[in-house]
Amino acid sequence: MKLTMASSPHSHSHKSLSRLMLTVILACIPGLIAQLYFFGTGVIIQLVLALLTVSISEAIIMLIRKRPVWPALSDGSAWLTAVLLALSIPPLAPWWVIVIGSFFAIVIVKQLYGGLGFNLFNPAMAAYVLLLISFPVQMTTWMPVNDLLANPVSLAQQLSVIFNGFTSGGFSVDQLRVGVDGVTMATPLDTIKTDIAHGLTVTESMQAAIFNSWLGQGWGWVNLGFLIGGLYLIKAKVINWHIPVGVIASLTTCSAIGYIAAPGTEPGVVFHLFSGATMLGAFFIATDPVSAATTNRGRLIYGALIGLLVYLIRTFGGYPDAMAFAVLLLNMAVPLIDYYTQPRTYGHGVNK
Amino acid sequence: MEKLIAQIKQGKVWPFPGGIHPPGQKTISTAQAITRLPLPDKLVVPLKQHIGANGKLLVEKGQQVLKGQALTKPVANWSVPIHAPTSGVITDICQMPSAHPSALPELSVIIEPDGQDNWCTLTPVPSPNLLSHDQLIDIIHDRGIAGMGGAGFPTYIKADSRKAIEYLIVNAVECEPYITADDMLMREHANGIVAGIEIMQQLLTPTLTIVGIEDNKPEAIAAMQAAAEHNDKIIIQTVPTIYPSGGEKQLIKLLTNKEVPSGGIPADIGVLVQNVGTLFAVNQAVFEGKPLIERVITVTGNTIHKPGNVWALLGTEIKHLLDCQGFSPVPQQRVVMGGPMMGFTLPTVRIGVVKTTNCILAPDHNELAEPGPEKACIRCSACADACPASLLPQQLQWFAKSKEYDKLKEHNLFDCIECGACAYVCPSEIPLVQYYRVAKVEIKEQQAEQVKAERAKERFELRKLRLEREQEARQNRHKRKPATEKSADEKQKIADALARVKNKPAKDDDKSAVAAAIARAKAKKQQQDTTLEPDNSEVALERAARKEQARKYKEQKAASDDAPAQQDDKKSAVAAAIARAKAKKAAQAAELENDNSENETAASTPADDKKAAVAAAIARAKAKKAAQAEQAASVASDDSQSKSASTAINETVNAEDKPEQTAQDKKKAAIAAAIARAKAKKLQQEGSDK
Amino acid sequence: MTLFYALIALGSLALIFGLILGFAAVRFRVQSNPIVEQIDTILPQTQCGQCGYPGCRPYAEAIANGDEINKCPPGGEATVKKLADLMGVEAKPLAGGEQAEPIKTVAYIREDECIGCTKCIQACPVDAIVGATRQMHTVLIDECTGCDLCVEPCPVDCIDMLPVETTKQTWKWQLDAIPVTQID
Repeated sequence: MKLTMASSPHSHSHKSLSRLMLTVILACIPGLIAQLYFFGTGVIIQLVLALLTVSISEAIIMLIRKRPVWPALSDGSAWLTAVLLALSIPPLAPWWVIVIGSFFAIVIVKQLYGGLGFNLFNPAMAAYVLLLISFPVQMTTWMPVNDLLANPVSLAQQLSVIFNGFTSGGFSVDQLRVGVDGVTMATPLDTIKTDIAHGLTVTESMQAAIFNSWLGQGWGWVNLGFLIGGLYLIKAKVINWHIPVGVIASLTTCSAIGYIAAPGTEPGVVFHLFSGATMLGAFFIATDPVSAATTNRGRLIYGALIGLLVYLIRTFGGYPDAMAFAVLLLNMAVPLIDYYTQPRTYGHGVNK
Repeated sequence: MEKLIAQIKQGKVWPFPGGIHPPGQKTISTAQAITRLPLPDKLVVPLKQHIGANGKLLVEKGQQVLKGQALTKPVANWSVPIHAPTSGVITDICQMPSAHPSALPELSVIIEPDGQDNWCTLTPVPSPNLLSHDQLIDIIHDRGIAGMGGAGFPTYIKADSRKAIEYLIVNAVECEPYITADDMLMREHANGIVAGIEIMQQLLTPTLTIVGIEDNKPEAIAAMQAAAEHNDKIIIQTVPTIYPSGGEKQLIKLLTNKEVPSGGIPADIGVLVQNVGTLFAVNQAVFEGKPLIERVITVTGNTIHKPGNVWALLGTEIKHLLDCQGFSPVPQQRVVMGGPMMGFTLPTVRIGVVKTTNCILAPDHNELAEPGPEKACIRCSACADACPASLLPQQLQWFAKSKEYDKLKEHNLFDCIECGACAYVCPSEIPLVQYYRVAKVEIKEQQAEQVKAERAKERFELRKLRLEREQEARQNRHKRKPATEKSADEKQKIADALARVKNKPAKDDDKSAVAAAIARAKAKKQQQDTTLEPDNSEVALERAARKEQARKYKEQKAASDDAPAQQDDKKSAVAAAIARAKAKKAAQAAELENDNSENETAASTPADDKKAAVAAAIARAKAKKAAQAEQAASVASDDSQSKSASTAINETVNAEDKPEQTAQDKKKAAIAAAIARAKAKKLQQEGSDK
Repeated sequence: MTLFYALIALGSLALIFGLILGFAAVRFRVQSNPIVEQIDTILPQTQCGQCGYPGCRPYAEAIANGDEINKCPPGGEATVKKLADLMGVEAKPLAGGEQAEPIKTVAYIREDECIGCTKCIQACPVDAIVGATRQMHTVLIDECTGCDLCVEPCPVDCIDMLPVETTKQTWKWQLDAIPVTQID
């Protein structure tokens, strides 16, 4: 029996990559449930499609790169990408949208850059932006909440829509989106943007059925779900507080200034925080460790700039929501931020 | 300053960034008092147990020594003596694997105890306050005290600090999991430690002495408080349990809110840190006159039946420690010297305890799992959050992997204390510390090489200058001479003399005739025995051969599986090499003797190797010279190069008819022939020039 | 007229920026060593002549004048790579199939066999051998560059090139290379 040599430390915290990733996936559950409740079971179908696609893509790439498949898959990073992408796209988008997106996220954004740890951009968000630019119609056809639908859709119907484009009754997604009052429904952010562009005030715009007095119906709950999940992640020390706090603080400040400056055309702080992908972005997307800043000061700056960009694009840009763009833009700035925010090392900058 | 002291006295501590909370595992070994081990059969005491130079050996093999007798005498700076841990006989003084991660061999004194345990005469000092500063320092030096906390820095140097010391910090933190040696020492010998502190206070006159103890050692805190009650300059400070608060720099920050400047030492900011074990040893050295020959060691881990703390003589083999505490190894057992965070695994249990050994940890795979495979870094920067020096470990890791040494220096790699907190928290199980250690050594090596290259360049330039100067001087001499007219006869003489000088010193006719004969014979023989290869640069061939030799030498060294035998291997390899060389020479001498009566004496006494070798060398040198002379002479008459070459080749063809030679012999011969040929060529050219 | 304005505006802009650039080029010029110096600092300074030039400096000059960069066996692949970076050319394998990572050696004189001929002293490019006629010679290990040049001239072949010993300071944490024993 021989002695074994090993390098110190001989002890380990038993934190593991896969447990980290799985914790993040689990923390998505409250938000997922909210989405399920308000926007139908389509999201589950998208989730299954995304998980399948990323698993197959990752496995194929690993085989091509002659690396072991299971260790790469089991670290869970690909699955997390799938979950985030599936949560981001409209639940009734056609099947090929999510398949293309997942494939792109894994093969192009992640593996072509060298695999886990080497990707410059957040795979889920890069794929989301690709889809948004390539398929603007499919990517913006969000269903209104179930309560408002003229024709509520069952799971089977949703399957049919996703795979054939029509329900068995022959309705297209656009027809399904028609509300009880016969008007096509858009997302709250979209509605406000269009209305303000048409010269309406926020208060007037908020009369629409998709709003429940001051928030988009359902959207507030979805964001709340992600907020709860995110807080759990911070508590479990899976993510640091810096990025979410940066994002939320900066978005709050910007929207508050906007609201004070132009109360009529600005929807206000709460609306910004609980609409669109704010909470999902702040806690789950911007905190993707691989593509985010790595120093604590850098993370605050990174988060704050994301918040600022989200506000600017939402208010002045051409797209109703901006989380994906903001994250991608800041991904590019990460090396710079990291370089200039190095912490002071022990024993440096003290008098000799 | 007053404010700071007031804050310290109120018990304020200043947490450092980062740190981790690994499971303590300390209660395993604190259940019973420190026991004393039975005397082992053998003690292996390495000469070097500290930072600094080795001492000079005072003893020799076979000598009887008494317990506490000095084995070495300090010579250079920073050298500390070692002492016989017990009375007995020195059975050997040889290279043994050392208590270092590399286990590289270290000269060690091996003592077989006689069981009497007879002390040499000790000179206790009951009242050290009557002694002068230098006398106390000498006592600490002569008793061989070196830092017992980790690095083994000679204590006499620290205690003789040139800089004023404001704060004496006593490191009783012991933050590494498992280790309880200092804890138990404080519980049982708090008075001795405080006496040691007071000696240090006498030497350094600090404003304040702060003893830092982690709050997971309440008994030790109580004992120390009771022992230090009479001295109001000693403060027992309780610090929170967090790893690595026992790191010197971290402890200074924690207790005084000061930071040691990068690249500096604590004395630069008026702070000095001593380990409790060292202070106890100082106390023993002064009050009892005992040199440092034993220390407390924690022997623990799940494979140990009776985990606990023991007083072990320095030089006690780890095997003895393990056996006495009951050891049942598991497959792929690791035996760690030190704690689980910074300790190193031992390649053999036949290594002696040294002054810095504080723990022997023999874990099974449940308590300390073997590291899993390294996975990709996801830049989660959990490592940065854990780093007590506020470094960016994951950046360092990228740079270390890509060998970007400038970037590493820029990111302050050398401020890393290798505490292992980063690797402990890394979810991808990247052995970060290992990367840093390798990078550090490589950077240091590169720097050393740079310095060496600079020096080589300088020396080369200087040499060139010198040669030019000499050349010039010579030319000047020549210029002055032609002024006097010389007869044709004289001129001829001078030319002849010059030619002779050029062709290596000439011999008298008588001798050179003999030499020429030898050379002819030798050349003939060589040509018969050899096959000639198409010409390459003989230098290249020779270099290749030497490189091959070097490579083989290295491989042989690396391949030798047997650690204790390793040093023997080396020795025997060298001996063998010398023997080989000698044999070769003797053989050559014998060979020469067949043709030459001159060398009779050399060949007739083959038993006397050295004589023979020297004689052979001289003979060969002579032969070489003669051959050159002869060849030069023969070539002078025939200045066609190609002709002689073609004859050589012809002879080669003849030689190839001899099939009994092995391939190796052929190769050797080929090289030899090539060399010979090249030499001949040179001479030929010189001859034709003439 | 508008055309004129545009031309004048653009022209003056070009002039101003040109001046700024010119000023910056002079004011913030990065002083760099002559190329030969830079090459010379990369070379290992063994002065061994294995490149075919009588020392590192001449080879540095030759490289600056366009010679191949792969003729330095003591420097190994690392030197070739650095030279390639500096000269902006492709790195190539060492000429003559030399080892990518050279084994560092130093010369040792088997002193009882030395006859004191001073030939090696004359051959040493860095004056790292000391001794006198008919006196034993020895190598200053710290100064020896391992160039090999002393081995050839020795008439009694008493110089060995031995690999540099690993010490605790130069040991590179190759844990897997440590011979491990059985627990006994």
